[in-house]
Order: sequence, then C-alpha cells, then structure tokens
Amino acid sequence: MGRSLIYSLTFHALMILLTILSLPFMLREPIDLPAIVSVELIQISDKTSIPYAPKARKIIEETKKEEKRLVSEQAPPSAKAKEKPDRIPLPNEKKEEKKIVKKKQNPEEVKPEIRQSSEFEKKEIVDTNQIAALIDKAKEEEAVKQKKSDKITQSNKKNSFATGLTLSEEDALRAQIFGCWSVPLGLPYDEDLLVRIKLNLKKDGMIMKSEILDHQRMNKPGQKFYKVLAESALRAVRLCQPLKVPPTGYDKWKEIQLNFNPTEMLRG
Amino acid sequence: MKKLIFIILLKVLFLNKSYALIEVDITRGNLDPLPIAVSPLHVDIQSKDYKDINIKELGNNISEIIENNFKATGLFNPLKKEAFVQKPDIAHLKPRFEDWRLIKAQALVTGKLLIIDGKLKVEFRLWDLAAAKEMTALAFTTTPSNWRRVAHIISDKIYERLTGEEGYFDTRIIYVAESGPKSQRVKKLAIMDQDGAKVKYLTLGNELVLTPRFNPTNQMVTYMSYFRNMPRVYLLDIETGTQEVVGNFPGMTFAPRFSPDGKKIVMSFAKDGNSDIFTMNLETRVVERITDHSSIDTSPSFSPDGKFIAFNSDRSGLQQIYVMRSDGSNVKRITFGNGIYGTPVWSPRGDLIAFTKMRKGKFYIGVMRTDGTGERLLTENFYQEAPSWSPNGRVIVFYRETKAGLKGEGFTAKLWSIDITGYNERQLKTETDASDPSWSSLLSK
Repeated sequence: MGRSLIYSLTFHALMILLTILSLPFMLREPIDLPAIVSVELIQISDKTSIPYAPKARKIIEETKKEEKRLVSEQAPPSAKAKEKPDRIPLPNEKKEEKKIVKKKQNPEEVKPEIRQSSEFEKKEIVDTNQIAALIDKAKEEEAVKQKKSDKITQSNKKNSFATGLTLSEEDALRAQIFGCWSVPLGLPYDEDLLVRIKLNLKKDGMIMKSEILDHQRMNKPGQKFYKVLAESALRAVRLCQPLKVPPTGYDKWKEIQLNFNPTEMLRG
Repeated sequence: MKKLIFIILLKVLFLNKSYALIEVDITRGNLDPLPIAVSPLHVDIQSKDYKDINIKELGNNISEIIENNFKATGLFNPLKKEAFVQKPDIAHLKPRFEDWRLIKAQALVTGKLLIIDGKLKVEFRLWDLAAAKEMTALAFTTTPSNWRRVAHIISDKIYERLTGEEGYFDTRIIYVAESGPKSQRVKKLAIMDQDGAKVKYLTLGNELVLTPRFNPTNQMVTYMSYFRNMPRVYLLDIETGTQEVVGNFPGMTFAPRFSPDGKKIVMSFAKDGNSDIFTMNLETRVVERITDHSSIDTSPSFSPDGKFIAFNSDRSGLQQIYVMRSDGSNVKRITFGNGIYGTPVWSPRGDLIAFTKMRKGKFYIGVMRTDGTGERLLTENFYQEAPSWSPNGRVIVFYRETKAGLKGEGFTAKLWSIDITGYNERQLKTETDASDPSWSSLLSK
C-alpha cells in the first residue's frame, strides 16, 4: 500500500513536471519589452510661466558666468564694459527694446528665446554620463532577458542573434529554398498545411539527415495531400543542397527546423 | 519502474533539446510547372506485333500520350527527349539519379511493355529524383487495343501521386458536334477522349440534339432531342449503345442533370405556362415538383452530397442563382452582382459553383463559393457558356462561339478548357464545330 502510494506520488509529480516542461502554453512568456524611452510632451507658450527652481537658477547663473568668462576670453573686455545695467538707455535703444517686446508677442519670432530657455533646462536634465550608464544598464538587462528567453520560449528563438542565424543569414536561406520549392497545386485551402522538417547539416550546408516531424500524418486517410506536400518540401531542400549557411557557428545551426506552409501563398 | 522513470527523464531532456532548434519559416515557393522526364517505355524483345498495332512504336506512343496529358494540365513541364541521359530499359531498372538531376528533372517516369499471348502488359515506375527513390510502381494487363487507356490511367496515377488530387485523364467528353450554316445547322451527339482522340458520333444528325449530360456514377448520358417539334429526353448507355425515352417534356430548354447517386434526374420544364423545377426517379419514373413559384426557374444542378440544388430564377427581377435544399425548402439567393447569371454547376468537390455571367454584352465563365462569396471570373468573351467540371473539380470545359470569315459573317463554336485558377486556357481540338460539353467521371473508377 505504502509503496504503491509512493510510486503513484512520484509518477504524478513526474507527469506534472513533464507537462510544465513540455507544453509551451503552460509557460508564461517573459515580457520582452524594449528599454523605455520616456517622452514628455510640452506645450510651448510665448513665455514661460514657471519660475526657475533655486537649484536651476544657480546652475543657470553659473553657466552664464562661464559663458561670460568664455566671452571675455574671446572678446576685448572694453566691449563688455559698455553694457552697464544701470546706464540710462538712449532713445534709440529704447525703440529697439520695444521692438523686441513686440517680437515676444509673436510666437513665431520668439522661438530663439524659447530655445534658449529650453537649452538651459536640458542642461539641467541631460547628463551624458547618466545616459551612458542607462544605456549600459539597458544592455545588461537585455542580455539577461535574452538568456532567460533562450532557456524558456521557442518563439523568441526565431531571428535571435544569440542562438544561430542573423536575420540576413535567415533571409538568404529562405530565399534559396523559395526558389527550389515547387508547391503542389492540388492542396485544399481549409486544411492545416504546415510541414515541419528537421535537418542535420554538414559544415558545407549538405544534408546529413532529414526528418519530417509529423510523418505519422502522411499515411492518415483523407490526408493524401499532406504526403504530397511533405514530399515536395523534402524535394525542395534536397534540390537546394548545399544550403546557404553561415561560415561560422556550426554548432548553432547543425540542427535546423524548416516550417513549410503555403497557406498564405495559396490564398493569394 | 526505474526504466520508466529513465525514459521519462530522457524524454524531458529530449524536449528541452528540441527547443534549441533554429526554426525558419518557408511560406512561399514557386508555381512553375514541375519539370518531369517521361522516358519512352522499353519494349520487351519477346513481344510480337498484334493486329495493326506496331509494338515497336507503342513504347514511344504511350509516353507521348502521358507527356501530352501532363503538358495540358499546365502543372508539369515534360522535358525534351533529346536531353535524356539513359536508355529506357536501364532507367527502368535503376535510374542514375544524379544524371537525371543534371537536366533539371525533378521526377522521372519509366516503363516497360510486353505483348504476349494477345495480352498487353504495361508496367511503369515514378521516381523522385531529388530523394533518389521510387514513388510508385504499377502494372496493367489488358487487350492491346486498349493501349491508349493504359496511357491515360498511368497519367492519372502519376498526377495523383504528384499533386495529391485525383487525375482526370481517363475520362471522356460528350458534346454536340455541329456543322453547316446557322440556318440549317446539323447537330450530332459526339463523344471523345478528354485529349480529343477517338471521336465517335452517337446520332446521325437527323434530329436536333441538345445539352448531353453525364451520369456521375457510370457511363450513361441524358440528352434532349426534338421529336415532331416536341422536346424529348433520352437516356443513352454509351457502353452498349442502348437508348430509351425518359419522357416528353413540353417547354423544356435544358436536358436533365443526374443526382450524385445517379438514381434521380433533376430538370426544369414549363407546366401550366410557367417553368419550375422537378425531379424524376429513374426507377419508378415518378415526377416530383420541387419549386412552385410564379417566376421562371431553370437549369438545376445537384450538390455532390445530394443535399442541395443550385438553380436559376428571375424571381428578383433579373436572372440570378439560388440554392435550396433538395426538397425545395430554404431557398436562398446567392448572386447579387451586376449582370445576369446562368447555368450554375456544382463542382464534384463540392466547394465551388461554376456559372455563366452576362454583363454589358459580354459573356464570362466564373466560379464562386457555394454561398455566393468569392466570385472569380475566369474568362471573358463575345459568347461562351455551358461550363462542365472535370471529375476532380480542377478544370472547367465550356464552349465558345467566335466570329469567322473575313468579314465576320460566319461563326465557329469550339470547346475550351480552363483551370479554376484562371490559368491555362486552351482549345480542345475537335473535328467539327462543338458545343454543350459534358465531362464524364473517371472510367477506371
């Protein structure tokens, strides 16, 4: 009694384990989101109404000083000395000031001023070192995610740089097989037409072994078309030999699965 | 028990391993005709000529018929024999696959024949050149005069093996052979193989014959003929030549069509001045009314499962196609397009209905799904009608009238066939003008 109970429990546990490991739909796909780039939408008014924060003001003043210093280094100090804040403006200059005020009312012409202020803001927000750090972090996260997904999901495998073929390598292979595959025309439109072929390849792209994964379906009654389709796919692969495979990374692509499905093409 | 656990663990490992596969989706291919090499059949040296059949030529003749059949489908590209790299007898034993692949062939047909004791024995093999293996091999024994049919049967077997669909080569087409000027047209019933060979005239042409229709289960046909200006329906057994009258039907314009089991016929004729649809049981000769409507209902056609009937009616004003249950209930209009629709014919596969459409002075042959959606017009011309399906539902044969003579004063009527994809339109060669074709089912079925 006790022994059989243990057997039963072990077997059930194994079955559950097997189910979890083998049924892909049981697995939750890790959310593979790209690194978030936040974008703030700002409505630009004629004049900013937000007073500079004390910290910002300090920074602005500092940068102004720096600019002044820079200017003073480049230009003769005499020119700067002319601009005295407490000097009474001349009538001509007053007119100019008025003009500027008018310009401020016109949103199109005020742009340079707005840009100036936004530049200050940027200077406050954007810190290139921080961005570099962020990018590095994002890379790390992506790498971790890829590693995770490599272990678990099947769909993420496709087109993945880490696992085998790059997109261009995959496209080259696909284009090669497109040319070799004569699609049989008597296929029914409303049946499942997916043929999966697993290939074991040599380093030069020649086929060592080919296997139709759903071969038991070939001899089922009413599935005659499937046999024809599977054979045509196999013929295509053989005609295409040697397959266009990358010169490196043999271990990654020595086993490859081709999923032939003409449904899209037949429906036009 | 330990073994079981071990196996389960192995399986788990194996499954994990399969996830590591790179997958590439192939969703497109080419639709070019498949290059196929049909080697002449090797003639066994023990063979002797039989009556007027030249045995030496027979190997070539059979392979030529197979080649022509394949060419006519538009799905195969038979390669020229000059390029062949191996003698027929050696190729039939075991082809050198790599040599055949060099001439870009993907499939190879080889064969051997022998006439001994007045019997013709033909065997053939179909080879997959890419996979370097035999796909199918069969042998037939028959009377030597049947060699043409053997060629067609071999074509069917190869077609079926390569496309997954039943073939249609071992079939016949019955049609109305026409001759003479339009006012004094002589119309005879004629039958030929689907490739145009072996034409036989079944009537003398004294009386006008119209719309012959094949029974889908055997080699019987119905046709309509005028006897003392009265439309009369005949039932003709092609094998024996026996003929019987089904009945006189005043106001009939098309001959009846058979039900899928061949036991009933469905037809339209005018009773009390109004045309409706009726069925007749061929055993009991009991006529049953199916529609009873004040409009003109004509040209009914059974679905291959026998549950539905498609027909024409002008009950909505213009002539359109309707579908109903075979007892006359649940009538549903299925065509709503511009123009007039006529002659609906249900495909033997059951998925499509072929029809003739008239619009702005032009005639179209088209197909649509059985609910009226997915209408596709396959061909357009000045005058064409009467579509009939090949037994596999892949090809439609119809007739087309074109103006003839230098000034366009006369006209000729010819049979044409077209693939349901709209490709591969070709004229069938007939000795005379021809109309109203009807395609038989497979003879060897």
